[in-house]
Amino acid sequence: MKIAIIQFGGTNCDMDVLHVLKDVVGVDAETVWYKEENLTGFDGVVVPGGFSYGDYLRAGAIAARTPIMDSVKKIAAEGKPVLGICNGFQILTEARLLEGALTTNEYPKFRCHWTNLRVETANTPFTSKFRKGEVIRLPIAHMEGKFYTEEPTLAELDENDQVVFRYVDEKGRATDKANPNGSLENIAGIVNASRNVLGLMPHPERASEAILGSDEGRKIFESMADYITENF
Amino acid sequence: MQYQATVTIEQKAGMLDPEGTTAKRALGHLGYAVESVKTAKKYEIVLEAESAEVAKQKVDEMCQKLIANPIIHNYTIELKELN
Repeated sequence: MKIAIIQFGGTNCDMDVLHVLKDVVGVDAETVWYKEENLTGFDGVVVPGGFSYGDYLRAGAIAARTPIMDSVKKIAAEGKPVLGICNGFQILTEARLLEGALTTNEYPKFRCHWTNLRVETANTPFTSKFRKGEVIRLPIAHMEGKFYTEEPTLAELDENDQVVFRYVDEKGRATDKANPNGSLENIAGIVNASRNVLGLMPHPERASEAILGSDEGRKIFESMADYITENF
Repeated sequence: MQYQATVTIEQKAGMLDPEGTTAKRALGHLGYAVESVKTAKKYEIVLEAESAEVAKQKVDEMCQKLIANPIIHNYTIELKELN
């Protein structure tokens, strides 16, 4: 098994993801520069966080239109797991691999702090190691994280069980106060209709070892690795 | 023929415009009573095309593919011929 971690100009969470995959989860992973157009030989992709291309135009807009994204789309079409974190989530929505858009936070500031998240479904290649309804802690670090989409898409995401994470308080309630950016229905992460592409604003790679304050993010990478072992 | 297209990108109705809201409040502090303030982004694109129609069609494509995000934006295109 080998997982590709895509690097664009301005990506800055690539090495954290590489460390977690190789040293913590113990699977083979490699960083791939965006000019590389071929992802043959890879069984999964992580699009990590950062500020690709200075967030010019819109966060993720330029990266989404680089040639390597055609290969990422191919990997996704093959049913292999594709995980977008923070800027990676923004890139996947701009590339139309995921529904909706990430827009400027309701209180238009960069927000960097821990959040509580409720796992809304264990039925994805990324959350099979969680229990539905479980509350986990992951940090956020973004200014454009407000999830927005028009109806009927929002209702469809709910109906099809595509909402994977919601911002909640410590008791697991999706309140306005627990919503750090004004995301519709407290949405923090979604999957595509075929469930093998996940985007989320919080950073699981920054919470994959107890020494960092939480290791609950690790299960996302472990679930992804299990899924690849079982299917590819 | 050379054309200059002025593309104005606005947030769709109902979307939050924090910059506009903040500017409105600051204008209030200065004593101006304004109904609303909306921000927009402007792009000026110069291109060669056989006709105004073709130029406009190309710029519209550019907006759809890159300049705007149709999920959150409305846009308008104004075209003028350059000499």
